[in-house]
Amino acid sequence: MKHILGVLVENHPGVLSKVSGLFSRRGFNIYSLAVGMTEDPTVSRITIVVEGDSYIVEQVIKQLNKLIDVIKVSRIEEDSLTRELALIKVKAEPATRHQIVELINIFRAQVVDINKNHLIVEITGDSEKITALVDMLKDYGIEEMVRTGAIAINRGRKMLKDDRNKGGYDNGNNVL
Amino acid sequence: MKLQVAQVLIECLREQGVDTIFGYPGGAVLPIYDALYDVKDIKHILTAHEQGATHAADGYARATGKVGVVIVTSGPGATNTVTGIATAYMDSVPMVVFTGQVASSLIGRDSFQEVDITGITHPITKHNYIVKDPQQLPQIIRRAFHIARSGRPGPVLVDIPKDIQVAMVDYTPASLEQDNSDRAGEVQLDENLYRAIEAIDNCERPVIYAGGGINIAGANEKLVEFAERIKAPVSCSLMGMGAFPGTHPYYMGMVGMHGTRYSNYAFTNCDLLIAVGARFSDRVVSDVEKFAPMAKIIHVDIDPAELGKNVSTHIQICGDVNRVLDVFNEKVKVKEENRWNAQIEKWKQEHPLTYKMNGTLSPQYIIEKLYDLTDGQAIISTEVGQNQMWAAQFYKFTKARTFISSGGLGTMGYGLGASIGAALGRPGERVVNIAGDGSFKMNSTELATISRYRIPIIQLVLNNHSLGMVRQWQDLFFNRRYSHSSLGQDVDFVKLAEAYNIKAFRIDNNQQVEEVLRSALELNEPVLIECDIHPDDKVYPIVPPGAGIDSLIDLNS
Repeated sequence: MKHILGVLVENHPGVLSKVSGLFSRRGFNIYSLAVGMTEDPTVSRITIVVEGDSYIVEQVIKQLNKLIDVIKVSRIEEDSLTRELALIKVKAEPATRHQIVELINIFRAQVVDINKNHLIVEITGDSEKITALVDMLKDYGIEEMVRTGAIAINRGRKMLKDDRNKGGYDNGNNVL
Repeated sequence: MKLQVAQVLIECLREQGVDTIFGYPGGAVLPIYDALYDVKDIKHILTAHEQGATHAADGYARATGKVGVVIVTSGPGATNTVTGIATAYMDSVPMVVFTGQVASSLIGRDSFQEVDITGITHPITKHNYIVKDPQQLPQIIRRAFHIARSGRPGPVLVDIPKDIQVAMVDYTPASLEQDNSDRAGEVQLDENLYRAIEAIDNCERPVIYAGGGINIAGANEKLVEFAERIKAPVSCSLMGMGAFPGTHPYYMGMVGMHGTRYSNYAFTNCDLLIAVGARFSDRVVSDVEKFAPMAKIIHVDIDPAELGKNVSTHIQICGDVNRVLDVFNEKVKVKEENRWNAQIEKWKQEHPLTYKMNGTLSPQYIIEKLYDLTDGQAIISTEVGQNQMWAAQFYKFTKARTFISSGGLGTMGYGLGASIGAALGRPGERVVNIAGDGSFKMNSTELATISRYRIPIIQLVLNNHSLGMVRQWQDLFFNRRYSHSSLGQDVDFVKLAEAYNIKAFRIDNNQQVEEVLRSALELNEPVLIECDIHPDDKVYPIVPPGAGIDSLIDLNS
């Protein structure tokens, strides 16, 4: 089963390798990982999709919490908003181009580049939606594809926030 | 005030109350060593090898409870600390390791003696730093010490490039900051704690499983009070040696692979297992399915990641064992001894720890004699293997921080260095390193350190001319095919000691033991005793791989 974790970390060099290193070291499987800045420039947010049972997810959360650079770890609920982005270079001869564009429209994806023989399609959405489009486009010939990991955010009021009191140094909950 | 970073480092060590550091100079730490040249209030111990320095700092930390400090150079100096850091990490030992690094402008260019030591040590440190802004050094050092000693202690590494060491920075002295680790150990008076109290009140056959956390927390007396309150027998993990007095009637010795038969029977038959400051290592548990099958398990630990990690437990309490035991001692009902206590006694009588006295020199007998002659008051370090298990089985430890041994990582070559740190941390106390010939050879270069500083430690080398524990497994489980475990007569340990200007004795029968031990103990100087034991002496009982802990092989099976 897949679980999504939102992880706030200090925006330092080396933090990503500490987080990803933990997964290989403890034998946890990462399905995808995406990292980027947040509203606070000192804090980055990592979204990790992890495969495993509840024992694995609990261990992942506890072990992540032990990393000093990790500020907060939270499970993102199942009804959250998740998005991935994919860029797909698909073969498109003049004869098939029209069909492909129609297909893309159904998925609310966009054509972002075009030449005589190819289209580049940009699609955002949850994992299933992107996979569905990819399956459809396979018939025309996918030449190249690049896909991000998922990012996720809770709906409504629930938030993943850095709630440490700033000022002074404080290891928060990370130092046991 | 403006100071050079190397000077600031020394000031920060003073802030932390550091009195001893273990190290080895080299190119990338020359500025720090230059600053150390004038330092009189911090003792620098020059070891023979950086690994020895880390084991010494680790032994110092285990014996004193203070943070062990190491300074080494970049590259090979740094990589030589890796085994020592991993040893400390596995056994939750507070340590701060400073490594020199090539100048910032040379990093990433495969420069001379450059290695990515923060990358290498990430999996084996609680945290590590590379100092990029010299102004941040004081704060990094203060945090490093805080992280090393707070909560579940562990090693922290601080990598300092050479150009940073000579930078001038503003330094504002700080007093030893209020350690807020207290907060992390806070225990919620929540449902789990009440469930635990209820389970203790309602059990009939309780067993306490004490781990290294008791020694780290100094909760030994509280544990005795608790055990006496509920009349529960107590077993210790290897790291838990000394957590509960080895002389107490409720003490059952070690549990697990080389545990006593009665400990293992008690675990298998109890209805409530109370684990305090222990982590259910595979060396304790063996087959998870057959471990404490009838018991409800209460697990108390300060590290939440340990709860439910190795064994699924019924009641999990995260926090400082001191506080949890305080609550238990206040709230649980006083019990009377019952049939369970009688059963434990019966098992103890039926299956005591024994060994053969077959005319040759018995390692167990030597350790028993050592216990008698030191009144059980010595600090014992060990190497790893049979020597370690015999020490744990036959020396009765009564106090915390008196058994210094590499449990989690099982580092051969640990004991000699560790004994140096322990002796320096607790001057005036008797320190004995119980070693095997294989382990001792791994880092015997540290005899040079003992000799240079004339540290009065006894090296008790149990020489069976083989890698005893490997041989034991080959004997029991690999059809006596002694593949590469026989060492023969390759080293004369008496001559080796003498080369280092260390007094040495050799014994080869039981009659000599008492006299030689007595003379060694009377000498207040470095001593080595080579004990010629038989290669077929084994550590019993032993739980064979894959079996439940109540399926033991012992001397008579």
